[in-house]
Amino acid sequence: MIWNPKAECMDEEKRRKIQLKRLQDTVKRAYENVPYYHKKFNELGIEPEDIESLEDIKKLPFTTKQDLREAYPFGMFAVPDDDIIEVHTSSGTTGKPTVSGYTQADIDLWSEVMARALTMAGATKKDRIQNCYGYGLFTGGLGIHYGAQRIGATVIPISAGNTKRQIEIMQDFETTILTCTPSYALYLAEALQKENVEIENLKLKAGVFGAEMWTEEMRNTIEERLGLTALNIYGLTEIIGPGVAMECHEKNGLHIFEDHFYPEIINPETLENLPPGKKGELVLTTLTREAMPIIRFRTRDITTLRKGECPCGRTLIRMDRITGRSDDMLKIRGVIVFPSQIEEALLKIDGLEPHYQIVVTRPKYLDELEVQVEASPALFSDEVKHVEEAKKMIEEHLQREIGLRVNVTLVEPESLPRSEGKAIRVIDKRKF
Amino acid sequence: MKVKQISVFLENKKGRLKKAVHALAEANINIRALSIADTSEFGILRLMVPDPEQAKKVLEENNFVVKLNDVIAVEVPDRPGGLDKILGILTKADMNVEYIYAFVEKKGEKAIVVIRTEDINEGIRVLKEAKVPLLSSEDISVL
Repeated sequence: MIWNPKAECMDEEKRRKIQLKRLQDTVKRAYENVPYYHKKFNELGIEPEDIESLEDIKKLPFTTKQDLREAYPFGMFAVPDDDIIEVHTSSGTTGKPTVSGYTQADIDLWSEVMARALTMAGATKKDRIQNCYGYGLFTGGLGIHYGAQRIGATVIPISAGNTKRQIEIMQDFETTILTCTPSYALYLAEALQKENVEIENLKLKAGVFGAEMWTEEMRNTIEERLGLTALNIYGLTEIIGPGVAMECHEKNGLHIFEDHFYPEIINPETLENLPPGKKGELVLTTLTREAMPIIRFRTRDITTLRKGECPCGRTLIRMDRITGRSDDMLKIRGVIVFPSQIEEALLKIDGLEPHYQIVVTRPKYLDELEVQVEASPALFSDEVKHVEEAKKMIEEHLQREIGLRVNVTLVEPESLPRSEGKAIRVIDKRKF
Repeated sequence: MKVKQISVFLENKKGRLKKAVHALAEANINIRALSIADTSEFGILRLMVPDPEQAKKVLEENNFVVKLNDVIAVEVPDRPGGLDKILGILTKADMNVEYIYAFVEKKGEKAIVVIRTEDINEGIRVLKEAKVPLLSSEDISVL
């Protein structure tokens, strides 16, 4: 099922034409209406007319989260206040939140891309979508909500939290599609097990999971425990919210809705553009946003773009799942480690629970990496020797996988924080 | 004559032992014997209780990792040399002891020694052969 075949299966030449026209409009509106961009363009000695081809996008300045923070709250808006009908903010994972404003046309656009995304997961009018993304300033809840309504599906706006009620509703309302963070999906799976709910008795068919990094191993665990197809969604407040990109049932990357959001990959160190197939930082430009045109936003997310038609029929470019951040990647004793690598390695071990926490410290001069994992019956024995062997086995496995010495600490079951939103996986206690 | 013992994983952190013991107290489970093996990071609490299955359930409900294991319980006269004799038998049979703990029976005439040998069946055979009185789970529960 494809929500908008005309847009999603368009041939590349045609799409590039549309993209160029929209990019030119965006640049012009930003230059004329947003003082920040006006100043930036002047500093660089460029004018909107300099954008004659899509390649010319390289001439444009980058926009960073810091720029948006400095414009807090409404400094990036390109339309009069009267035209703004909704505002959202980022969750503030890494600092002060950034604001996003929407006109009616922006909300329509958001509904459109979210309708595409949900349709990709198999949603139709007949589906009941249990939306456990938080409603409020966070874009997740309402973004999904708008898309579900656009399709005509039944949305259950339960929001985040209250797991007992989530389970009750899931059973009674016969939810078919679940939308939440992947860590909350795992938490729900655990809760279902505790309540002795057989997944065979649920009607779940697909899950739309995003807002945090996760791995293929985590997908497998979620699919097995919830009996659904787990698909990855991507988005960010600064651009629009969820619905920038979505994975189809082929599970070979997330289709970026590039008729509305123009993607580039850059080397985060040199800021040079990289071709498709090369890993780097994703940079996005909005092509149709009215209230807040954003030019070359550095997402800090590390991914790879892939060209070529997908067996699903869509011609939209695909991005790999996010494997890290160009800013919060961990550098431990000079070695770059992404939390996702540690997660991937951990979940390869049988008998280990998929809950973990990474603690980075620097007791003296050297970084120490501690990984806390929950003890399980499979790892525990009545003999100290055997428990220590289990711990050592995990340490050696991690060392092989990520190339770093790791201290593993076994902690009691359920002692690591479960999250109803973004799981906090890394605690960096180092002072830089 | 295997006896069921339960072992519980504890983080080496304030209040953990108390939480486990409290859970048992709440469930009205009497602890017959107890030992703790600890390292700087974690501890293993080993317990003898009248109904190990029930104790396991109670502890698991409180989110502890619990295992039921077989151990050997022997009766030893409560006087100098009692334990020495038992260990002598095991040493002579080239039997490795994983862990051991003891408690004194209420009347104070006998001590009970709980032993986990590397090979539990072999341990039982050796001790039986030397005519050491072994206790059953029933014996423990009525102590």
